[in-house]
Amino acid sequence: MNEYISVFIGGCIGAVGRFIITLAVPDSYLFPYETLLANWFGCFLLTFLMAHPFLSSRVPKHLMTGIGTGIIGSFTTFSTFSVETANLWMEGYGIEALLYISLSIIGGLVLAWSGTQAAKMRG
Amino acid sequence: MHFIFVAIGGGFGAIARFTTTKLWNTGKATFPLGTWMANIFGSLLLSICFVLFQKGVIQEWFWLLMGVGFCGAFTTFSTFSKEVLHLIESKQYKVAIWYVASSILIGMTVVSIVLLLFLDI
Repeated sequence: MNEYISVFIGGCIGAVGRFIITLAVPDSYLFPYETLLANWFGCFLLTFLMAHPFLSSRVPKHLMTGIGTGIIGSFTTFSTFSVETANLWMEGYGIEALLYISLSIIGGLVLAWSGTQAAKMRG
Repeated sequence: MHFIFVAIGGGFGAIARFTTTKLWNTGKATFPLGTWMANIFGSLLLSICFVLFQKGVIQEWFWLLMGVGFCGAFTTFSTFSKEVLHLIESKQYKVAIWYVASSILIGMTVVSIVLLLFLDI
């Protein structure tokens, strides 16, 4: 039960965090920078926290689930990414759509890997 | 006031994803079916909410609750990347490629069908 409560609270925080970023970035940009940045940031933070020797051993499990699955999982999003890419594509911005996909996937992987490495260096 | 709708939707979205991944993810270096289903189904749901909001069928508070909050939190990019990395590190290259390609292509197809059918672009 504890886990569900912390995932719920984490989800509230993560979603609001993402919403604040979208409010901060002006709509006039065609390219969805705000989602890309939120997703990149979340990829790094998730693997960093999960691989961090101190955090993963000392912090209670339900709290880690609340932070990882709750906050970071909700802060990043796949649905917005899909809709934005489809929108770019349909409005004739094919190159931008492909660029958005590539940057999201490759950048996400590099940052997830960097997060793991950075956490190991702290240990 | 806007924040409350996003927060409540986000909380329930996170719980829905947590439950889905608990049921269908194995935790081993195999295809993460739970995350895959959450991401595809969430993309479908978001595109439907998006169309309904654009057409004025649903009001802004419902869009914030269901679209920004629930769908945004139900789907995830961080876990997706973490899982792809995990597959690559376990030398499951085929599964990794299959996971990335099917998530993007099927997600995009489902969303495009909804947008094409209901949004006059």
